[in-house]
Amino acid sequence: MSTTMEGRDLKFPVYVWEAPVRLWHWTMALAMLVLWGTGYFIGSPLPSVPGEASESYLMGYIRFAHFAAGYIFAVAFLLRVYWAIVGNRHAREIFLVPLYMLRPAWWRSFFRVVAHYLFIRPRNDWHQGHNQLAMAAMFGMYVLGAVFMIVTGFALYGEGTLAGSWANRYFTSWVLPLLGQSQAVHTWHHLCAWYLFWFTIVHLYFVIREDITSGLTVVSSMISGWRDIKN
Amino acid sequence: MSDTFYDVLRRQGISRRSFLKFCSLTTASLGLSPTVAPQIAHALETKPRTPVIWIEGLECTCCSESFIRSAHPLAKDAVLSLLSLDYHMTLAAAAGEQLHENALHTIEKYKGNYILAIEGNPPLNEDGMYCIYYGKPFVEAVKHYAKDAKAVIAWGSCASWGCVQAAKPNPTNAVPIDKVITDKPIIKVPGCPPIAEVMSAIVTYVLTFDRLPELDRQGRPKMFYSQRIHDKCYRRPHFDAGQFVEKWDDEGARAGLCLYKMGCKGPTTYNACSTTRWNEGVSFPIQSGHGCIGCSEDGFWDKGSFYDRLTTIPAFGIEANADKVGAVAAGVVGAAVVAHAAVTAIKKASEKGSGAKVEEK
Repeated sequence: MSTTMEGRDLKFPVYVWEAPVRLWHWTMALAMLVLWGTGYFIGSPLPSVPGEASESYLMGYIRFAHFAAGYIFAVAFLLRVYWAIVGNRHAREIFLVPLYMLRPAWWRSFFRVVAHYLFIRPRNDWHQGHNQLAMAAMFGMYVLGAVFMIVTGFALYGEGTLAGSWANRYFTSWVLPLLGQSQAVHTWHHLCAWYLFWFTIVHLYFVIREDITSGLTVVSSMISGWRDIKN
Repeated sequence: MSDTFYDVLRRQGISRRSFLKFCSLTTASLGLSPTVAPQIAHALETKPRTPVIWIEGLECTCCSESFIRSAHPLAKDAVLSLLSLDYHMTLAAAAGEQLHENALHTIEKYKGNYILAIEGNPPLNEDGMYCIYYGKPFVEAVKHYAKDAKAVIAWGSCASWGCVQAAKPNPTNAVPIDKVITDKPIIKVPGCPPIAEVMSAIVTYVLTFDRLPELDRQGRPKMFYSQRIHDKCYRRPHFDAGQFVEKWDDEGARAGLCLYKMGCKGPTTYNACSTTRWNEGVSFPIQSGHGCIGCSEDGFWDKGSFYDRLTTIPAFGIEANADKVGAVAAGVVGAAVVAHAAVTAIKKASEKGSGAKVEEK
Protein backbone atom coordinates (compact mmCIF):
# COMPACT_ATOMS: atom_id res chain seq x y z
CA MET A 1 0.00 0.00 0.00
CA SER A 2 1.37 3.29 -1.04
CA THR A 3 1.25 6.15 1.40
CA THR A 4 2.84 8.58 -0.98
CA MET A 5 0.84 11.55 -2.09
CA GLU A 6 0.54 12.68 -5.65
CA GLY A 7 -0.09 16.17 -6.90
CA ARG A 8 2.13 17.98 -4.41
CA ASP A 9 4.16 19.33 -7.30
CA LEU A 10 1.15 20.91 -8.99
CA LYS A 11 1.01 24.65 -9.37
CA PHE A 12 -1.09 26.50 -6.78
CA PRO A 13 -2.86 28.86 -6.64
CA VAL A 14 -4.63 27.99 -9.83
CA TYR A 15 -7.73 29.50 -11.43
CA VAL A 16 -9.99 26.45 -11.76
CA TRP A 17 -13.62 27.56 -11.86
CA GLU A 18 -14.14 30.30 -14.39
CA ALA A 19 -16.97 32.80 -13.88
CA PRO A 20 -19.56 31.01 -16.08
CA VAL A 21 -18.93 27.77 -14.17
CA ARG A 22 -19.49 29.53 -10.86
CA LEU A 23 -22.55 31.27 -12.20
CA TRP A 24 -23.92 27.94 -13.38
CA HIS A 25 -23.15 26.28 -10.06
CA TRP A 26 -25.00 28.72 -7.85
CA THR A 27 -27.89 29.35 -10.26
CA MET A 28 -28.43 25.65 -10.52
CA ALA A 29 -28.19 25.16 -6.76
CA LEU A 30 -30.92 27.75 -6.21
CA ALA A 31 -33.04 26.33 -9.02
CA MET A 32 -32.72 22.86 -7.52
CA LEU A 33 -33.90 24.07 -4.12
CA VAL A 34 -36.99 25.60 -5.72
CA LEU A 35 -37.56 22.52 -7.88
CA TRP A 36 -37.40 20.10 -4.96
CA GLY A 37 -39.75 22.16 -2.83
CA THR A 38 -42.34 22.86 -5.50
CA GLY A 39 -41.97 19.38 -7.00
CA TYR A 40 -42.72 17.79 -3.66
CA PHE A 41 -45.88 19.86 -3.30
CA ILE A 42 -46.98 19.03 -6.83
CA GLY A 43 -46.81 15.33 -5.96
CA SER A 44 -48.30 15.77 -2.47
CA PRO A 45 -50.20 19.07 -2.43
CA LEU A 46 -50.61 21.28 0.61
CA PRO A 47 -53.86 21.08 2.61
CA SER A 48 -56.92 22.20 0.70
CA VAL A 49 -57.45 25.95 0.40
CA PRO A 50 -60.86 27.14 1.65
CA GLY A 51 -63.08 29.63 -0.16
CA GLU A 52 -64.01 30.15 -3.76
CA ALA A 53 -61.76 28.71 -6.47
CA SER A 54 -61.56 32.12 -8.11
CA GLU A 55 -59.92 33.62 -5.00
CA SER A 56 -56.96 31.30 -4.96
CA TYR A 57 -54.31 30.08 -7.38
CA LEU A 58 -52.01 28.13 -5.05
CA MET A 59 -51.35 25.08 -7.24
CA GLY A 60 -51.02 27.39 -10.22
CA TYR A 61 -48.28 29.42 -8.52
CA ILE A 62 -46.48 26.32 -7.27
CA ARG A 63 -46.50 24.84 -10.74
CA PHE A 64 -45.42 28.15 -12.24
CA ALA A 65 -42.45 28.31 -9.87
CA HIS A 66 -41.56 24.72 -10.77
CA PHE A 67 -41.71 25.38 -14.49
CA ALA A 68 -39.80 28.65 -14.24
CA ALA A 69 -37.07 27.08 -12.10
CA GLY A 70 -37.02 24.14 -14.51
CA TYR A 71 -36.37 26.47 -17.43
CA ILE A 72 -33.59 28.19 -15.48
CA PHE A 73 -32.08 24.83 -14.57
CA ALA A 74 -32.13 23.77 -18.22
CA VAL A 75 -30.67 27.03 -19.49
CA ALA A 76 -27.94 26.92 -16.82
CA PHE A 77 -27.14 23.39 -17.92
CA LEU A 78 -26.89 24.48 -21.56
CA LEU A 79 -24.56 27.29 -20.53
CA ARG A 80 -22.46 24.75 -18.67
CA VAL A 81 -22.27 22.46 -21.72
CA TYR A 82 -21.26 25.41 -23.85
CA TRP A 83 -18.59 26.37 -21.35
CA ALA A 84 -17.29 22.81 -21.30
CA ILE A 85 -16.50 23.34 -24.97
CA VAL A 86 -14.96 26.80 -24.80
CA GLY A 87 -13.79 26.98 -21.18
CA ASN A 88 -10.62 25.77 -19.47
CA ARG A 89 -9.80 22.09 -19.08
CA HIS A 90 -11.40 21.84 -15.64
CA ALA A 91 -14.72 22.84 -17.17
CA ARG A 92 -14.59 19.68 -19.28
CA GLU A 93 -13.81 17.16 -16.56
CA ILE A 94 -17.30 16.21 -15.52
CA PHE A 95 -18.41 15.61 -19.11
CA LEU A 96 -15.43 13.63 -20.36
CA VAL A 97 -15.44 10.93 -17.68
CA PRO A 98 -16.44 8.14 -20.12
CA LEU A 99 -13.38 9.00 -22.23
CA TYR A 100 -11.06 9.16 -19.22
CA MET A 101 -12.30 5.74 -18.21
CA LEU A 102 -10.55 4.29 -21.24
CA ARG A 103 -7.19 5.16 -19.69
CA PRO A 104 -5.62 2.80 -17.09
CA ALA A 105 -3.83 5.73 -15.43
CA TRP A 106 -7.18 7.34 -14.70
CA TRP A 107 -8.35 4.19 -12.91
CA ARG A 108 -5.16 4.03 -10.84
CA SER A 109 -5.79 7.54 -9.58
CA PHE A 110 -9.45 6.68 -9.09
CA PHE A 111 -8.63 3.79 -6.77
CA ARG A 112 -6.11 5.91 -4.86
CA VAL A 113 -8.94 8.30 -4.04
CA VAL A 114 -11.26 5.43 -3.13
CA ALA A 115 -8.55 4.00 -0.87
CA HIS A 116 -8.28 7.35 0.87
CA TYR A 117 -12.01 7.53 1.50
CA LEU A 118 -11.91 3.96 2.84
CA PHE A 119 -9.25 5.19 5.32
CA ILE A 120 -6.60 2.99 3.75
CA ARG A 121 -4.49 5.92 2.59
CA PRO A 122 -4.18 8.67 5.20
CA ARG A 123 -3.79 11.63 2.82
CA ASN A 124 -5.62 12.32 -0.39
CA ASP A 125 -3.83 13.18 -3.61
CA TRP A 126 -4.02 16.76 -4.71
CA HIS A 127 -5.80 17.75 -7.87
CA GLN A 128 -6.30 21.15 -9.39
CA GLY A 129 -9.88 20.37 -10.40
CA HIS A 130 -11.94 17.33 -9.37
CA ASN A 131 -10.39 14.13 -8.12
CA GLN A 132 -11.27 11.05 -10.16
CA LEU A 133 -13.99 9.79 -7.85
CA ALA A 134 -15.53 13.26 -7.73
CA MET A 135 -15.64 13.66 -11.48
CA ALA A 136 -17.11 10.16 -11.86
CA ALA A 137 -19.86 11.07 -9.37
CA MET A 138 -20.40 14.41 -11.11
CA PHE A 139 -20.87 12.62 -14.39
CA GLY A 140 -22.91 9.63 -13.20
CA MET A 141 -25.13 11.48 -10.77
CA TYR A 142 -25.23 15.13 -11.72
CA VAL A 143 -24.76 15.16 -15.52
CA LEU A 144 -26.83 12.07 -16.31
CA GLY A 145 -29.37 12.95 -13.62
CA ALA A 146 -29.74 16.51 -14.88
CA VAL A 147 -30.17 15.39 -18.49
CA PHE A 148 -32.78 12.89 -17.41
CA MET A 149 -34.60 15.53 -15.35
CA ILE A 150 -34.53 18.06 -18.18
CA VAL A 151 -35.81 15.55 -20.73
CA THR A 152 -38.55 14.06 -18.54
CA GLY A 153 -39.34 17.49 -17.11
CA PHE A 154 -40.01 19.03 -20.49
CA ALA A 155 -41.93 15.92 -21.51
CA LEU A 156 -44.27 16.44 -18.56
CA TYR A 157 -44.39 20.18 -19.22
CA GLY A 158 -45.35 19.50 -22.83
CA GLU A 159 -48.36 17.50 -21.68
CA GLY A 160 -49.88 20.68 -20.33
CA THR A 161 -48.81 22.92 -23.19
CA LEU A 162 -50.52 20.44 -25.53
CA ALA A 163 -49.79 19.09 -28.98
CA GLY A 164 -48.20 21.66 -31.24
CA SER A 165 -46.08 23.26 -28.51
CA TRP A 166 -42.32 22.83 -28.82
CA ALA A 167 -42.04 20.91 -25.55
CA ASN A 168 -44.70 18.50 -26.72
CA ARG A 169 -43.16 18.06 -30.14
CA TYR A 170 -39.54 17.59 -29.04
CA PHE A 171 -40.02 15.83 -25.70
CA THR A 172 -43.50 14.58 -24.84
CA SER A 173 -44.06 12.89 -28.18
CA TRP A 174 -41.20 10.43 -27.75
CA VAL A 175 -40.51 10.31 -23.99
CA LEU A 176 -44.02 9.10 -23.07
CA PRO A 177 -44.01 6.10 -25.42
CA LEU A 178 -40.39 5.35 -24.46
CA LEU A 179 -41.05 5.12 -20.73
CA GLY A 180 -44.51 3.59 -21.13
CA GLN A 181 -46.97 6.34 -20.32
CA SER A 182 -47.48 9.60 -18.49
CA GLN A 183 -47.81 8.15 -14.99
CA ALA A 184 -44.57 6.18 -15.43
CA VAL A 185 -42.76 9.34 -16.57
CA HIS A 186 -44.05 11.14 -13.46
CA THR A 187 -42.71 8.36 -11.23
CA TRP A 188 -39.29 8.31 -12.92
CA HIS A 189 -39.04 12.10 -12.76
CA HIS A 190 -39.86 11.92 -9.07
CA LEU A 191 -37.32 9.18 -8.34
CA CYS A 192 -34.60 11.04 -10.21
CA ALA A 193 -35.31 14.16 -8.14
CA TRP A 194 -34.45 12.05 -5.12
CA TYR A 195 -31.38 10.72 -6.90
CA LEU A 196 -30.13 14.31 -7.27
CA PHE A 197 -30.99 14.90 -3.63
CA TRP A 198 -28.82 11.93 -2.54
CA PHE A 199 -26.08 13.28 -4.76
CA THR A 200 -26.35 16.67 -3.11
CA ILE A 201 -25.97 15.22 0.40
CA VAL A 202 -22.81 13.38 -0.67
CA HIS A 203 -21.56 16.40 -2.59
CA LEU A 204 -21.96 18.74 0.39
CA TYR A 205 -20.28 16.27 2.71
CA PHE A 206 -17.24 15.70 0.55
CA VAL A 207 -16.82 19.35 -0.31
CA ILE A 208 -16.72 20.27 3.37
CA ARG A 209 -14.58 17.26 4.27
CA GLU A 210 -12.02 18.03 1.59
CA ASP A 211 -11.99 21.65 2.61
CA ILE A 212 -11.06 20.61 6.16
CA THR A 213 -8.73 17.67 5.51
CA SER A 214 -7.06 18.07 2.13
CA GLY A 215 -5.06 21.22 2.74
CA LEU A 216 -6.54 22.86 -0.35
CA THR A 217 -9.34 25.37 -0.61
CA VAL A 218 -12.55 23.78 -1.86
CA VAL A 219 -15.67 25.68 -0.75
CA SER A 220 -14.18 29.13 -1.34
CA SER A 221 -12.95 28.02 -4.80
CA MET A 222 -16.52 27.89 -6.07
CA ILE A 223 -16.91 31.51 -4.96
CA SER A 224 -13.57 33.04 -6.00
CA GLY A 225 -12.65 30.57 -8.72
CA TRP A 226 -9.15 30.09 -7.28
CA ARG A 227 -7.78 27.00 -5.60
CA ASP A 228 -4.88 27.50 -3.24
CA ILE A 229 -2.95 25.70 -0.54
CA LYS A 230 -4.32 26.43 2.91
CA ASN A 231 -1.92 27.64 5.55
CA MET B 1 -73.42 -6.86 -53.05
CA SER B 2 -72.69 -3.25 -53.93
CA ASP B 3 -75.20 -1.77 -51.53
CA THR B 4 -74.28 1.69 -50.33
CA PHE B 5 -74.52 2.65 -46.67
CA TYR B 6 -77.47 4.81 -47.52
CA ASP B 7 -79.36 1.93 -49.15
CA VAL B 8 -78.85 -0.14 -46.06
CA LEU B 9 -79.93 2.65 -43.78
CA ARG B 10 -83.10 3.29 -45.76
CA ARG B 11 -83.89 -0.39 -45.69
CA GLN B 12 -83.60 -0.21 -41.91
CA GLY B 13 -86.41 2.33 -41.96
CA ILE B 14 -84.24 5.36 -41.30
CA SER B 15 -85.60 8.57 -42.77
CA ARG B 16 -83.51 10.79 -45.00
CA ARG B 17 -83.94 13.59 -42.50
CA SER B 18 -82.46 11.45 -39.72
CA PHE B 19 -79.69 10.36 -42.03
CA LEU B 20 -78.69 13.96 -42.76
CA LYS B 21 -78.81 14.78 -39.05
CA PHE B 22 -76.44 11.92 -38.44
CA CYS B 23 -74.09 13.28 -41.10
CA SER B 24 -73.99 16.73 -39.53
CA LEU B 25 -73.45 15.38 -36.04
CA THR B 26 -70.68 13.11 -37.21
CA THR B 27 -69.06 16.07 -38.94
CA ALA B 28 -69.24 18.04 -35.71
CA SER B 29 -67.89 15.24 -33.56
CA LEU B 30 -64.95 14.76 -35.90
CA GLY B 31 -64.19 18.46 -35.59
CA LEU B 32 -64.59 19.07 -39.32
CA SER B 33 -65.91 22.10 -41.09
CA PRO B 34 -69.71 22.18 -41.55
CA THR B 35 -69.19 22.11 -45.31
CA VAL B 36 -67.96 18.55 -44.97
CA ALA B 37 -71.37 17.28 -43.88
CA PRO B 38 -72.68 17.05 -47.47
CA GLN B 39 -69.49 15.22 -48.42
CA ILE B 40 -70.12 12.67 -45.74
CA ALA B 41 -73.69 12.30 -46.90
CA HIS B 42 -72.53 11.96 -50.49
CA ALA B 43 -69.95 9.35 -49.58
CA LEU B 44 -72.43 7.32 -47.60
CA GLU B 45 -74.92 7.54 -50.47
CA THR B 46 -72.59 6.54 -53.27
CA LYS B 47 -69.78 4.40 -51.92
CA PRO B 48 -70.28 0.67 -51.77
CA ARG B 49 -70.15 -0.13 -48.11
CA THR B 50 -67.01 -1.55 -46.68
CA PRO B 51 -67.64 -4.58 -44.54
CA VAL B 52 -66.32 -4.45 -41.03
CA ILE B 53 -65.46 -7.72 -39.39
CA TRP B 54 -65.52 -7.60 -35.63
CA ILE B 55 -63.84 -10.44 -33.82
CA GLU B 56 -63.55 -10.95 -30.08
CA GLY B 57 -60.71 -12.64 -28.24
CA LEU B 58 -59.66 -12.47 -24.60
CA GLU B 59 -62.02 -9.71 -23.44
CA CYS B 60 -65.14 -8.87 -21.46
CA THR B 61 -67.36 -7.45 -24.24
CA CYS B 62 -67.44 -4.04 -22.57
CA CYS B 63 -66.32 -2.51 -25.88
CA SER B 64 -69.36 -3.96 -27.64
CA GLU B 65 -71.55 -2.90 -24.74
CA SER B 66 -70.22 0.62 -25.00
CA PHE B 67 -70.46 0.70 -28.77
CA ILE B 68 -74.17 -0.13 -28.90
CA ARG B 69 -74.80 2.84 -26.60
CA SER B 70 -73.45 5.36 -29.05
CA ALA B 71 -75.71 8.29 -28.32
CA HIS B 72 -75.63 10.35 -31.45
CA PRO B 73 -79.06 10.35 -32.95
CA LEU B 74 -79.20 7.25 -35.04
CA ALA B 75 -75.67 6.20 -34.39
CA LYS B 76 -76.56 2.87 -32.95
CA ASP B 77 -78.84 2.02 -35.83
CA ALA B 78 -76.66 3.61 -38.42
CA VAL B 79 -73.37 2.19 -37.33
CA LEU B 80 -74.79 -1.22 -36.65
CA SER B 81 -76.14 -1.14 -40.16
CA LEU B 82 -72.83 0.02 -41.51
CA LEU B 83 -71.19 -2.95 -39.92
CA SER B 84 -71.99 -6.30 -41.39
CA LEU B 85 -73.77 -7.75 -38.44
CA ASP B 86 -73.09 -11.33 -39.45
CA TYR B 87 -69.57 -10.85 -38.21
CA HIS B 88 -70.09 -9.67 -34.72
CA MET B 89 -70.55 -12.73 -32.57
CA THR B 90 -72.35 -11.04 -29.72
CA LEU B 91 -74.70 -8.94 -31.83
CA ALA B 92 -75.35 -11.28 -34.74
CA ALA B 93 -78.62 -13.13 -35.00
CA ALA B 94 -76.92 -16.20 -36.41
CA ALA B 95 -74.52 -18.28 -34.37
CA GLY B 96 -72.10 -21.15 -34.53
CA GLU B 97 -70.81 -22.66 -37.77
CA GLN B 98 -73.18 -20.67 -39.94
CA LEU B 99 -71.85 -17.38 -38.61
CA HIS B 100 -68.29 -18.52 -39.01
CA GLU B 101 -68.95 -19.57 -42.62
CA ASN B 102 -70.33 -16.12 -43.35
CA ALA B 103 -67.27 -14.43 -41.91
CA LEU B 104 -64.91 -16.54 -43.94
CA HIS B 105 -67.01 -15.98 -47.01
CA THR B 106 -66.85 -12.21 -46.54
CA ILE B 107 -63.10 -11.96 -46.13
CA GLU B 108 -62.80 -14.03 -49.32
CA LYS B 109 -65.22 -11.87 -51.25
CA TYR B 110 -63.89 -8.51 -50.04
CA LYS B 111 -60.26 -9.46 -50.08
CA GLY B 112 -58.10 -6.44 -49.25
CA ASN B 113 -61.16 -4.29 -48.86
CA TYR B 114 -62.60 -4.91 -45.42
CA ILE B 115 -61.85 -3.43 -42.04
CA LEU B 116 -60.95 -5.77 -39.24
CA ALA B 117 -62.00 -4.66 -35.76
CA ILE B 118 -60.54 -6.64 -32.91
CA GLU B 119 -61.96 -6.55 -29.42
CA GLY B 120 -59.75 -8.24 -26.84
CA ASN B 121 -56.39 -9.77 -27.46
CA PRO B 122 -54.70 -13.10 -28.12
CA PRO B 123 -52.84 -14.99 -25.37
CA LEU B 124 -49.69 -16.64 -26.68
CA ASN B 125 -48.68 -19.09 -23.92
CA GLU B 126 -49.33 -22.81 -24.51
CA ASP B 127 -49.59 -22.07 -28.24
CA GLY B 128 -52.52 -19.74 -27.62
CA MET B 129 -54.72 -22.38 -25.96
CA TYR B 130 -56.06 -19.94 -23.39
CA CYS B 131 -58.45 -18.47 -25.91
CA ILE B 132 -60.13 -20.72 -28.44
CA TYR B 133 -62.01 -19.36 -31.43
CA TYR B 134 -64.02 -21.87 -33.44
CA GLY B 135 -61.82 -24.69 -32.21
CA LYS B 136 -58.53 -22.95 -32.89
CA PRO B 137 -56.34 -20.59 -30.90
CA PHE B 138 -57.57 -17.01 -31.22
CA VAL B 139 -54.12 -15.84 -32.33
CA GLU B 140 -54.59 -17.87 -35.52
CA ALA B 141 -57.94 -16.23 -36.17
CA VAL B 142 -56.32 -12.82 -35.70
CA LYS B 143 -53.66 -13.61 -38.28
CA HIS B 144 -56.14 -15.19 -40.67
CA TYR B 145 -58.59 -12.29 -40.61
CA ALA B 146 -55.85 -9.66 -40.67
CA LYS B 147 -54.09 -11.11 -43.68
CA ASP B 148 -56.35 -9.49 -46.29
CA ALA B 149 -57.73 -6.60 -44.23
CA LYS B 150 -57.37 -3.05 -45.43
CA ALA B 151 -56.86 -1.74 -41.92
CA VAL B 152 -57.27 -2.95 -38.37
CA ILE B 153 -59.04 -1.27 -35.49
CA ALA B 154 -57.90 -2.25 -32.00
CA TRP B 155 -60.94 -1.78 -29.78
CA GLY B 156 -60.27 -1.00 -26.17
CA SER B 157 -57.30 -1.30 -23.88
CA CYS B 158 -57.12 -5.09 -24.36
CA ALA B 159 -56.38 -4.94 -28.07
CA SER B 160 -54.37 -1.72 -27.73
CA TRP B 161 -52.18 -2.39 -24.68
CA GLY B 162 -53.12 -5.72 -23.11
CA CYS B 163 -55.27 -4.46 -20.23
CA VAL B 164 -56.15 -6.64 -17.23
CA GLN B 165 -55.27 -10.00 -18.74
CA ALA B 166 -51.80 -8.68 -19.55
CA ALA B 167 -51.32 -7.19 -16.06
CA LYS B 168 -48.42 -8.62 -14.10
CA PRO B 169 -47.69 -11.50 -14.02
CA ASN B 170 -49.67 -12.05 -17.22
CA PRO B 171 -49.95 -15.85 -16.89
CA THR B 172 -51.40 -16.40 -20.35
CA ASN B 173 -48.95 -14.02 -22.04
CA ALA B 174 -51.77 -11.96 -23.50
CA VAL B 175 -50.35 -9.40 -25.94
CA PRO B 176 -51.79 -6.36 -27.69
CA ILE B 177 -52.66 -7.09 -31.29
CA ASP B 178 -49.84 -5.00 -32.73
CA LYS B 179 -47.48 -7.68 -31.44
CA VAL B 180 -49.20 -10.18 -33.73
CA ILE B 181 -50.25 -8.01 -36.68
CA THR B 182 -47.18 -6.18 -37.88
CA ASP B 183 -47.91 -5.46 -41.53
CA LYS B 184 -51.21 -3.55 -41.37
CA PRO B 185 -52.10 -0.06 -40.23
CA ILE B 186 -53.65 -0.32 -36.78
CA ILE B 187 -55.85 2.29 -35.14
CA LYS B 188 -55.72 1.95 -31.38
CA VAL B 189 -58.87 3.02 -29.59
CA PRO B 190 -57.97 2.42 -25.95
CA GLY B 191 -60.29 2.68 -22.99
CA CYS B 192 -61.98 0.14 -20.81
CA PRO B 193 -64.29 0.49 -22.61
CA PRO B 194 -63.66 3.28 -25.16
CA ILE B 195 -66.29 6.00 -25.34
CA ALA B 196 -69.21 4.98 -27.53
CA GLU B 197 -69.15 8.17 -29.60
CA VAL B 198 -65.42 7.86 -30.12
CA MET B 199 -65.89 4.34 -31.44
CA SER B 200 -68.69 5.20 -33.81
CA ALA B 201 -66.91 8.36 -34.96
CA ILE B 202 -63.76 6.44 -35.82
CA VAL B 203 -65.63 3.76 -37.74
CA THR B 204 -67.55 6.44 -39.60
CA TYR B 205 -64.37 8.36 -40.36
CA VAL B 206 -62.59 5.35 -41.77
CA LEU B 207 -65.57 4.21 -43.83
CA THR B 208 -66.41 7.67 -45.09
CA PHE B 209 -63.03 9.03 -46.00
CA ASP B 210 -61.52 5.70 -46.87
CA ARG B 211 -58.42 6.51 -44.87
CA LEU B 212 -57.21 6.33 -41.30
CA PRO B 213 -57.63 9.30 -39.01
CA GLU B 214 -54.37 11.02 -38.06
CA LEU B 215 -52.66 8.91 -35.41
CA ASP B 216 -50.15 9.79 -32.71
CA ARG B 217 -46.93 7.86 -32.13
CA GLN B 218 -48.75 5.25 -30.11
CA GLY B 219 -51.29 4.70 -32.87
CA ARG B 220 -54.22 6.51 -31.26
CA PRO B 221 -56.41 8.92 -33.25
CA LYS B 222 -55.20 12.40 -32.36
CA MET B 223 -58.68 13.84 -32.54
CA PHE B 224 -59.72 11.97 -29.38
CA TYR B 225 -56.50 11.12 -27.57
CA SER B 226 -54.29 14.19 -27.76
CA GLN B 227 -55.47 15.77 -24.51
CA ARG B 228 -55.56 14.58 -20.96
CA ILE B 229 -58.75 14.27 -18.94
CA HIS B 230 -57.14 16.87 -16.64
CA ASP B 231 -56.76 19.44 -19.44
CA LYS B 232 -60.51 19.70 -20.00
CA CYS B 233 -61.79 18.66 -16.60
CA TYR B 234 -64.54 20.88 -15.25
CA ARG B 235 -62.94 20.55 -11.78
CA ARG B 236 -59.62 21.92 -13.06
CA PRO B 237 -60.15 25.38 -11.48
CA HIS B 238 -60.18 23.67 -8.07
CA PHE B 239 -56.87 22.01 -8.92
CA ASP B 240 -55.26 25.29 -9.88
CA ALA B 241 -56.65 26.92 -6.75
CA GLY B 242 -55.30 24.11 -4.57
CA GLN B 243 -58.72 22.90 -3.46
CA PHE B 244 -58.83 19.15 -3.00
CA VAL B 245 -61.00 16.37 -1.70
CA GLU B 246 -58.92 15.18 1.30
CA LYS B 247 -60.92 12.06 2.04
CA TRP B 248 -64.06 10.40 0.78
CA ASP B 249 -67.27 11.98 1.96
CA ASP B 250 -65.61 15.09 3.36
CA GLU B 251 -66.91 18.59 2.74
CA GLY B 252 -64.69 18.91 -0.33
CA ALA B 253 -66.07 15.72 -1.87
CA ARG B 254 -69.59 17.06 -1.48
CA ALA B 255 -68.56 20.42 -2.90
CA GLY B 256 -67.04 18.71 -5.95
CA LEU B 257 -63.41 19.76 -5.45
CA CYS B 258 -60.47 18.29 -7.34
CA LEU B 259 -59.90 14.56 -6.80
CA TYR B 260 -56.13 14.76 -7.34
CA LYS B 261 -55.26 13.71 -3.79
CA MET B 262 -57.69 10.81 -4.03
CA GLY B 263 -55.54 9.33 -6.77
CA CYS B 264 -57.39 10.69 -9.80
CA LYS B 265 -55.40 9.71 -12.90
CA GLY B 266 -56.87 12.54 -14.98
CA PRO B 267 -53.48 14.32 -15.14
CA THR B 268 -51.86 11.27 -16.75
CA THR B 269 -54.67 9.94 -18.90
CA TYR B 270 -55.25 10.71 -22.56
CA ASN B 271 -58.89 10.35 -23.47
CA ALA B 272 -61.95 12.40 -24.37
CA CYS B 273 -64.14 11.64 -21.33
CA SER B 274 -64.10 15.16 -19.93
CA THR B 275 -65.31 16.61 -23.23
CA THR B 276 -67.46 13.87 -24.79
CA ARG B 277 -68.65 12.32 -21.53
CA TRP B 278 -70.72 9.16 -21.36
CA ASN B 279 -74.29 8.03 -21.82
CA GLU B 280 -75.47 10.77 -24.13
CA GLY B 281 -73.16 13.29 -22.49
CA VAL B 282 -74.74 12.79 -19.07
CA SER B 283 -71.62 12.37 -16.97
CA PHE B 284 -68.17 10.83 -16.61
CA PRO B 285 -66.32 9.33 -13.64
CA ILE B 286 -64.99 12.59 -12.16
CA GLN B 287 -68.38 14.25 -12.51
CA SER B 288 -69.92 11.43 -10.51
CA GLY B 289 -67.38 11.99 -7.74
CA HIS B 290 -64.77 9.32 -8.39
CA GLY B 291 -61.31 9.92 -9.76
CA CYS B 292 -60.30 8.78 -13.21
CA ILE B 293 -58.60 5.36 -13.04
CA GLY B 294 -56.65 5.92 -16.26
CA CYS B 295 -58.27 3.02 -18.12
CA SER B 296 -57.10 4.17 -21.54
CA GLU B 297 -53.43 4.24 -20.53
CA ASP B 298 -50.90 1.54 -21.25
CA GLY B 299 -50.52 -0.84 -18.30
CA PHE B 300 -52.93 1.04 -16.05
CA TRP B 301 -53.43 -2.05 -13.88
CA ASP B 302 -49.75 -2.05 -12.95
CA LYS B 303 -49.48 1.60 -11.97
CA GLY B 304 -50.35 1.21 -8.31
CA SER B 305 -53.63 1.88 -6.53
CA PHE B 306 -56.43 3.79 -8.22
CA TYR B 307 -56.57 5.85 -5.01
CA ASP B 308 -52.94 6.97 -4.67
CA ARG B 309 -51.51 9.99 -6.38
CA LEU B 310 -47.98 8.62 -6.32
CA THR B 311 -47.40 5.26 -7.93
CA THR B 312 -46.48 2.36 -5.68
CA ILE B 313 -43.11 0.92 -6.63
CA PRO B 314 -43.46 -2.83 -6.14
CA ALA B 315 -39.71 -3.46 -6.03
CA PHE B 316 -39.54 -1.63 -2.70
CA GLY B 317 -42.49 -3.20 -0.92
CA ILE B 318 -46.23 -2.75 -0.83
CA GLU B 319 -46.52 0.77 0.50
CA ALA B 320 -43.48 2.41 -1.06
CA ASN B 321 -43.82 5.29 -3.49
CA ALA B 322 -41.15 7.56 -4.93
CA ASP B 323 -41.20 9.84 -1.89
CA LYS B 324 -40.88 7.04 0.63
CA VAL B 325 -38.11 5.33 -1.33
CA GLY B 326 -36.36 8.67 -1.77
CA ALA B 327 -36.63 9.71 1.89
CA VAL B 328 -35.43 6.34 3.20
CA ALA B 329 -32.47 6.34 0.82
CA ALA B 330 -31.70 9.94 1.75
CA GLY B 331 -31.67 8.83 5.39
CA VAL B 332 -29.27 6.00 4.58
CA VAL B 333 -27.00 8.34 2.62
CA GLY B 334 -27.14 10.87 5.43
CA ALA B 335 -26.27 8.23 8.03
CA ALA B 336 -23.37 7.00 5.89
CA VAL B 337 -22.09 10.55 5.58
CA VAL B 338 -22.28 11.07 9.36
CA ALA B 339 -20.51 7.76 9.99
CA HIS B 340 -17.80 8.61 7.49
CA ALA B 341 -17.36 12.04 9.02
CA ALA B 342 -17.08 10.47 12.48
CA VAL B 343 -14.38 8.04 11.36
CA THR B 344 -12.56 10.91 9.65
CA ALA B 345 -12.64 12.93 12.86
CA ILE B 346 -11.42 10.01 14.98
CA LYS B 347 -8.58 9.30 12.53
CA LYS B 348 -7.57 12.91 12.58
CA ALA B 349 -7.66 13.10 16.36
CA SER B 350 -5.64 9.91 16.82
CA GLU B 351 -3.10 11.16 14.28
CA LYS B 352 -2.64 14.35 16.23
CA GLY B 353 -2.48 12.43 19.51
CA SER B 354 0.26 10.07 18.34
CA GLY B 355 2.10 12.96 16.81
CA ALA B 356 2.55 11.03 13.60
CA LYS B 357 3.05 13.75 11.08
CA VAL B 358 2.46 12.60 7.56
CA GLU B 359 2.19 16.14 6.37
CA GLU B 360 2.30 17.43 2.89
CA LYS B 361 4.28 20.18 1.19
